[in-house]
Amino acid sequence: MAHDTENLAIFRGLLKFKSNVQKIWGVLIFLSIVTTVEVILGIVKPESLMGMFLGMKILNWIFIILTIVKAYYIAWDFMHIRDEKGSLKGSIVLPLVVLIPYLCFILLLEADYIFEVMRTGFVSWNF
Amino acid sequence: MEVTANNTIDETNVWGGGNKPLKASYGKMMMWFFIVSDALTFTGFLVAYGFSRFKNIDSWPIADEVFTHFPFLHGVDAPMYYVALMTFVLIFSSVTMVLAVDAGHHMNKAKVTFYMLLTVIGGAIFVGSQAWEWKNFIKGEYGALETKGGQILQFMDAETGKRVALEAFATNIDSPRDTHLDSNGIWFIGESSLPNYSVEEVTGGFAVNESLVIKTEKIDETGHKVILSREESLLKINEAINVVEGANLIHNEYGNRLFADFFFFITGFHGFHVLSGVVINIIIFFNVIMGTYEKRGHYEMVEKVGLYWHFVDLVWVFVFTFFYLV
Repeated sequence: MAHDTENLAIFRGLLKFKSNVQKIWGVLIFLSIVTTVEVILGIVKPESLMGMFLGMKILNWIFIILTIVKAYYIAWDFMHIRDEKGSLKGSIVLPLVVLIPYLCFILLLEADYIFEVMRTGFVSWNF
Repeated sequence: MEVTANNTIDETNVWGGGNKPLKASYGKMMMWFFIVSDALTFTGFLVAYGFSRFKNIDSWPIADEVFTHFPFLHGVDAPMYYVALMTFVLIFSSVTMVLAVDAGHHMNKAKVTFYMLLTVIGGAIFVGSQAWEWKNFIKGEYGALETKGGQILQFMDAETGKRVALEAFATNIDSPRDTHLDSNGIWFIGESSLPNYSVEEVTGGFAVNESLVIKTEKIDETGHKVILSREESLLKINEAINVVEGANLIHNEYGNRLFADFFFFITGFHGFHVLSGVVINIIIFFNVIMGTYEKRGHYEMVEKVGLYWHFVDLVWVFVFTFFYLV
């Protein structure tokens, strides 16, 4: 990667930095804010976020989404995916974006099914 | 390596390795593909954890009740603060790494050296914190009973609502039970150590302490563990067959034993990645000092090891979420 091709804007161009070093510190501040929000939510556990949405607590959905946001900025700015050629970007990101949700889907669905079988079946698991 | 350094390639030599269709050197691309496969490995582990958790969704341990320690704060209930600190340490060492890569692009040897050193220190702090976390987890805090079905029974004071340790109420019965070493019985059956108390000592102490009740593994609709009444507790305690103190791969005083297995396996595998990352960083650090990359004309090696280091950070972000937050 030649350093004259660095893309110095984050948040879709909303925030532009003057140099690469400045961008690094900017991303650090952003990641720290996200982590702090996660920790505060984890400690306070606001009652309003305890409702269920698609089989999981809203709070847990927030945690997972914030995690993916953090992962995006680590990969895009610390690992410089932002500056790579489109074809390399795709060959790295696409397999993960396709396979990981697929694996999550089949295994978690199966686990939920087993949970129901164990709960409603005739065999007692707590003896 | 000379492939990356060589800028005067014969343009017609497409199949000779001179062409870089992805605008990335061979070494960097291989590091990326290793990271993709390693990411899928971690996905497998974390999804397997999710599988066990969804399968036992109504009895899974609550992380806030398991990881409550903070250095120098004994007996203070401090969930999450310590792992949050570890997360910040790792993110910060990621930043120093990316600063080292940036300094490498400007061929600034002194800065690369300094930032690599900071990265190594950050990684070492993280591995040390991980070890401390494991020590607390293995040692356990309160102790519990295990039933025949493998359920964990923990003890609470019904008046204060606080957990009670076994040592606070177990009676002292002179027991003839000795540690079973494989040298004095059947050779393939042995045990490394006995718990400090026998089941009789714990049940005896429980019977005379009127304020004690049992906290079960089950989670109610509000997300809290079900606490039995005194009468139910007195019945339930008869099902106990084992005393459990701390956690290992077979028993786990915090609840479902799979929780401990996955904790050891996933944080252990991640910790091993951090450890090897620190070792590789140290090697690169000395190479930088010796001027290897200065002579080579570029600091791409720092960039490659940086990719690995950021990946380790990336994995921790997910481990942190799925073990401590969700």
